[in-house]
Amino acid sequence: MTGRGLWITALLVPPLAFVALFIVYPIVAAFAYAFFDWNGLLRGEFSGLANFHTVLFVEPYASWTRNAFTHNVIVFFALMVLQNGLGFILAYALWRELPGARFHRVAVFLPVVLSTIIVGYLFKLFLHPLFGVVNISLRGMGLGFIAQPWLGQDSTALWALIVANAWHMVGFPTLVFLAGMQRIPTEMLDAVRMETQSEWVKITKIVWPLVAPSATIVFTLLFVGAFNWFELPYIMAGLDGSPYGSTDVLGLYFYRTAFGNVSSGQQDFGLGSALAVLIFVFIAAIASVITVRLRAREIQI
Amino acid sequence: MSTAASTINYDRRGLLGTLGRDGLLQIILIANTIIMLMPIIIMVFSAFKTTPQIFQSPFGIPDFGNVVNFVKIWNETNFLRYLLNSFIVTGASMALILTLGTMAAYAIARYEFWGAGFILMFFLAGLTLPLKLAIIPLFMLMRDLGILNNQLSLIFVYTAMGLPTTVFILTGFIRTLPNELEDAARMDGASEARIMWSIMLPLVRPAMVIAGIQNVVPIWNDFFFPLVFIQRDNLKTLPQGLTTFMGEYTTDWGVLFSGLTLSAAPIIIIYIVLSKQFISGMTSGAVK
Repeated sequence: MTGRGLWITALLVPPLAFVALFIVYPIVAAFAYAFFDWNGLLRGEFSGLANFHTVLFVEPYASWTRNAFTHNVIVFFALMVLQNGLGFILAYALWRELPGARFHRVAVFLPVVLSTIIVGYLFKLFLHPLFGVVNISLRGMGLGFIAQPWLGQDSTALWALIVANAWHMVGFPTLVFLAGMQRIPTEMLDAVRMETQSEWVKITKIVWPLVAPSATIVFTLLFVGAFNWFELPYIMAGLDGSPYGSTDVLGLYFYRTAFGNVSSGQQDFGLGSALAVLIFVFIAAIASVITVRLRAREIQI
Repeated sequence: MSTAASTINYDRRGLLGTLGRDGLLQIILIANTIIMLMPIIIMVFSAFKTTPQIFQSPFGIPDFGNVVNFVKIWNETNFLRYLLNSFIVTGASMALILTLGTMAAYAIARYEFWGAGFILMFFLAGLTLPLKLAIIPLFMLMRDLGILNNQLSLIFVYTAMGLPTTVFILTGFIRTLPNELEDAARMDGASEARIMWSIMLPLVRPAMVIAGIQNVVPIWNDFFFPLVFIQRDNLKTLPQGLTTFMGEYTTDWGVLFSGLTLSAAPIIIIYIVLSKQFISGMTSGAVK
């Protein structure tokens, strides 16, 4: 090998080794693990598709899987509206460069830099049924009848988590959309202004189609994020998705199955891996469909 | 005549329409900013209050000289240890990410060799994979390497996770650098290592800042990997330590809020100073 070849090898091998050892190998191994029986940390017999069969069709796992999956779907669509929809509106407002736009931009992104753990605890304290600031304010305004144990009842718990997540992350789609809008050529906007006064036409026919690349990325990331959701429900609702599994999502369920929880210490790497593989394949398949579909409607300026 | 009149009319409506629309947008922005900042303001205010004060007047402005809660955290908890651990883990990971990332990106972008495209693809494949789902094999791997309950496990995982974005950003940037300087140095007989270190790397710094910020926030804030890899209290990072701490002081809300405030403070302060770099860094993966 020449000196130059050695030099290139020396530059490339250490970073490649890190990615191979700590990303590629674990992901490949996760697929392999799912086809074996596990006894605690010991790998047992090859068991074919038995683990997959168990998590998908054998009770109680089957209904746990369905329950958690349904919640992930709800979270995805709710955040699509609350986070990405609101993000688009905020981006549009920021784009006008009205007085104070710089300050508003910094403010909307501030929660994004906070740890999910801090956000989770903060909202948990705010939503406390007796002493939380939300219910105290409602009672103070004479709206005490609306005050609820938001996190303590299954009808509102998941929605409380969704709102907390939207507060935390809305700045991200906002600024991605804003960057997309700022790339629209001014000539194009002037041309539209000559044609029509309608803001609605401008948004639906010009702005929205032209920020399509931003939308593709924001939608895909939200999808991957919603089906990987773990930290916020873990902090706000606990590992069991309390109350009564009404906030259980695939991330919690997978973790619980793999590593066990406080109430039942049993852990099962085989079932956990099968779940991981299913979630992984599902995310990869749908995310590529979303990307391809949305790419198709992107227009090159 | 009639056309002129209608044009004036049209303009006036246009002006009013613009004012009305901008007014509405301004109201939306102000309302949103209040919603964004209110929880943070309440958190900071509550950090200086006693628990009964928090319950009675959650919005009241506190006496900022009252630092009892902070003293309690200083004296009674492991908080400083967690903070220090977070600095160690984040600092070491960032140093490794930027060093290894620059090495790989430099090799891919500046030299022509067989397989360069494939190697770049290999790095980029790690870009979107949700590594959380591979936590079981990762756990076993760390156990086999003997670094469970050791911060090296976190540093290694974060480094691997940070490399794809870093290589992606830096490769794109290094490719745009001109060849002239490099060629001139090569004519003068400088070694490849010397060209990289003293001529090219100083030019790469702006892209390293972007790549650095994009990685530093998720690493500083991460909770999932410490949850699985670290059990010993003295090794916990800040987000993980926070869960221990929140469990111990459940009824002392003043201390809880000051703990949250202290954990949020470092990143909020840095963000306010460097908001522009933070915003462009954290959205750089999503904005092309």
